[in-house]
This record gives sequence, structure tokens and C-alpha cells, in this order.
Amino acid sequence: MSDTQPISTTAAGPANGVQVVPPAASGGVTQATVVSRTAPKTAYKPADVSPQRRVQRSYSVRLWAVRHSRALEWFYARFADIFLMLHPLWNRIGYGRVEAPVTFVEKRVKGFMFDCRMCGQCVLSSTGMSCPMNCPKQLRNGPCGGVRANGNCEVEPDMPCVWVKAWEGSRNMVHGDAILNVQKPVDQSLRETSAWLRVTAQTAAAREAAKAQVSA
Amino acid sequence: MTGRQRDEHPDGIDLPLDPQPGHSSRGRLERVLRRGEFAVTTELNPPDSADPEDVYNRAKVFDGWVDAINAVDASGANCHMSSVGICALLTRMGYAPIMQIACRDKNRIAIQGDVLGGAAMGVANMLCLTGDGVQAGDQPGAKPVFDLDCMSLLETIRIMRDNGKFLSGRKLTTPPQVFLGAAINPFAPPYDFRPYRLGKKIAAGAQFVQSQYCFDVPMFRTFMQKARDLGYTEQCFVLCGVGPLASAKTAKWIRSNVPGIHIPDAIITRLEGAQDQKKEGKQLAIDIINEVKEIPGVSGIHVMAYRQEEYVAEIVDESGVLKGRQPWKREIRRDDQMVADRLDHILHDEIVETQSDLVKTAH
Repeated sequence: MSDTQPISTTAAGPANGVQVVPPAASGGVTQATVVSRTAPKTAYKPADVSPQRRVQRSYSVRLWAVRHSRALEWFYARFADIFLMLHPLWNRIGYGRVEAPVTFVEKRVKGFMFDCRMCGQCVLSSTGMSCPMNCPKQLRNGPCGGVRANGNCEVEPDMPCVWVKAWEGSRNMVHGDAILNVQKPVDQSLRETSAWLRVTAQTAAAREAAKAQVSA
Repeated sequence: MTGRQRDEHPDGIDLPLDPQPGHSSRGRLERVLRRGEFAVTTELNPPDSADPEDVYNRAKVFDGWVDAINAVDASGANCHMSSVGICALLTRMGYAPIMQIACRDKNRIAIQGDVLGGAAMGVANMLCLTGDGVQAGDQPGAKPVFDLDCMSLLETIRIMRDNGKFLSGRKLTTPPQVFLGAAINPFAPPYDFRPYRLGKKIAAGAQFVQSQYCFDVPMFRTFMQKARDLGYTEQCFVLCGVGPLASAKTAKWIRSNVPGIHIPDAIITRLEGAQDQKKEGKQLAIDIINEVKEIPGVSGIHVMAYRQEEYVAEIVDESGVLKGRQPWKREIRRDDQMVADRLDHILHDEIVETQSDLVKTAH
């Protein structure tokens, strides 16, 4: 036997070679409660919230964005137009070359506004300006069945459900019914890329294709 | 055709039924629903064991009372025998399982593989779920996958079935013939989005839906009204989820610990006031069935009697939803029975045949 036992990184602390198996739950308690109760007590006890919640402490900006979804929708449309207008510039410099700075800015701006997760395939305009990647299940097509009666998340009891907010936000928007479209699964290979540049390049290509068709 | 039950393949109970026009699967549940009969489905409590007999014994209590059995995929994020495994056992015995697929534990590669494997085993119904969060279950340290969500999962299987292709576009030589299902929960916010979400699921490929436990009939009625107005009940079979509550204490525990189950105070008061709470819980389920079966657009019920599976038959019987119809029942075929009867004596008679005796009788 090797003496390099893997050290447990769970809340149960180091494994010390002895695997602690919690006893089976009796009626009235969930096994999850038993598991957390049998964890050895140490001086350091992290807050009992999800890892994501530890990174992110407040939702106020995100909720503000949902409340102002109509204004943001208008602004976002103008912003997309400007980006599209700059398409020749992006093309001249090269999309590959502008990617890094644009992604840097996009990540900061959207991160502040919407708690963006940089999935690289932004659907904010279809989800009431509430980023669906903040859902612990990363649902992109609507709320799961576990939403609490107070409208909070099943996984994170103190976070308002992303999709409850999305529905509220979409009701304020002009094109809010886009929330009813079925979204494709996330392409994980596009993570940490710029959705702004992708949409711009795609729209420009579509516009050119349409133009070519008309002239042909 | 003597002795053959309806919806059974003449050459063997484990074989898929003959394809029918307009049907997407070769299973029993789709036939029952499309004939317009009131369907009854239930849920098998998955064993924490590697013994196939455990599955068979648990399925046996439903014999002749249900049209399909849900093989749950680690419901509540608690670890049990896998839904694929349960389906493999059930299809062998001729049952019609509904294979649940939860997005929590598997990515799109594993899921598409399981869909093909399940369909090859004779699974005719698949139910697409997002799955509960891992924090709810017995292994809160697990990695939540959620690569697809229930909607994109529905669409993935629909593409596999109708276009004969994987999500990547690669061709399948034989597409899976499945009847696609999904879950609905009209009892969780945002309430006014819920009917539209059903519409989204239908657009993604859902052909039948099973609802979460219904304890609030007026709320369900409102939901169904909206779904009917939007025309969804014509495109999709809605099965209402019902089940007995063991006691008022259990009801309270479920309300605070199981996400997504809405139990109104009136229900708990009614249980608390009863002499025999378990009996009252069963009666409550029957009363709810009698109310929901009258709601237009409800095509069946889904009886979830967790750890009270023996009550399913009584609930279905006493509510009279089958109207005298008997769903497929696992029984010994007449010819097999005849052979067994004739040869039965060899198990009991102690005949010692020696070579010399045989020679004598031969002459």
C-alpha cells in the first residue's frame, strides 16, 4: 500500500486514511443533514452556503438590471447597432486581435451588471435581462419545479430564483416573448469568449449574405 | 389470440408491439393514451440493492393496476439503483417502464448513449427531467452536471428519434422509437409562466407530461384552464400526479424539506383531525383523483406512493378511474401453464429409473 492517501478536501476535513462513513438517516432527517452533522468539528467552519454564493455576496445590481429590463433592452439594441457599425473596423484590425480586449471589457461590464458567467452565447435579451447561468442548475429554458413558494431558489434559499426574475423582467420588455423560445444547450467550448463579437460577426455575415442575394 | 392480453406481443411479453400509424413508440402507454383511455402510471421505489428480485417484487404490487411504471433516476439526488438498470429488468419481464433521465448526473454524451441503450432494451417511454440539486440528496458533495436542461434534453431525444441523428449531426443506423415525456409543476412560482413552460416543453418534443404531487386542486384547475385555452392539451397528454400522505407530520416534513411540493394548510388540518391519519391520507388521494379526473384535458393520473406502494392498487381501485379496464398484467401464458401442469409431477414424484428397468420396459 502506498502511504500517499488522498487528503479529503470536503468539509469533513482531512481523511487521515480513515474513511468516515456517516450512519444511515432515521425518519425525519435527511441523509444530507446526517452527513453534515457527522463532519468532524474544527475551528474553521465555512458559511453554510454554496460555493457560488461564497464568491458572490449580493444580488442588488443584478436585480436592478431586471427591474430596468426595458431600458436596458433599448440600450442593448443601440449598443449592438454601434458594434455592428464598427464591423469594418473590427474586420480591419482582425477579430482575433480585438478578442482579448473586448472580452476583458465585456467580462467586467456584464459581470458587474448581470453577474455574467461568460458562457459566450449570451441570451440576456431572451431571458428578461436575468442571466440564466446564475441558476445553480444553469437552466436556459425556464424555472425548474423546485422554486420555493417565496420565489427563491431551491439550492440557495436566500437567492431569488433567476427565472422568477427573468419572467418579471421579460414582461417589461418589448420583445419579452423571446423567453418562450426553446434555447439550444450551452456549447461549453465557447466559454470565456466574447458574445458581443460573435453576434456582431454573425449579423454582419447575415447582412452581407442578404445583400448578395438581392444583387444576384 | 386466445389467452393473449391486449397490447402484448404474441411471440413474447418482452417484445416491442407492432408499430401503429401516428404512434412514435411501440409501447403500451402510448396506445392506452391514444385510444383515449384514462391512463394510470406509478413510480417504483428504486432499491438500494443489487438483487433483481427486489425490483421484481416491488413491481409485482402494481400488477394489473397501472399502464406504466416510472423508473426514477436518483430522485431527490439520493443514490439508488439506476433507472437504466431498473428498465433493463422491467422490460425483460414485459412491464412498460418510463425511463426517467435526469440532467443532474450525466452529460450529453452519456445521456444520448443511455437513450440508445434504453430503446434497444425495449424502453418505449422516456421522461426528461432536470433533476433536483445535489444539495437535496444524500451526497451533497457530488458535482452537479446539468449539461443539458430538461428542454434541450427533450429536443435532443426528439432529434435522435425524428431525424435519426445525434446532437452532433452524426447519423444513427436505427433511431430510438420512444414516447417522450416531461414533468410539470404548476404549484411553484412563477405561476403565470408555468403554462407557457408546458408549451415550451411541447415545442421541444414532450408528448405526455406528469405533474408534481397535486394537493391543491383549484390551483391545478386554473393551470389546466390556461393550458386548454392555449391549446396545449390537444398536443400533449397531461397526467396529474397524486399520492397518499402517511401522516400530518410527514406532510409537514415534505413541505419544508422536499423542494417543489406545495401542500396547503387545509390538507394538513384535515390529516391532523383524522383518527387514522394513514387511512385519511389514502382517502385524501382518492378524493383528489375524483376531482382531477373530471377536469377537461386530464388524460390520466400518476400515482406516487413513496414507501406506501402497496396502497397504489387500492387507490386506483377505490377511485374507479380504470372504469373496469384492466391494464396489462404479468401472467403465465396458457401454453406454459399447460406444460408446467403436465410436468409438475417430476418435481414431486420420486421416480428412480435405473438402466435395467428401462431396458425391461422397452421390451
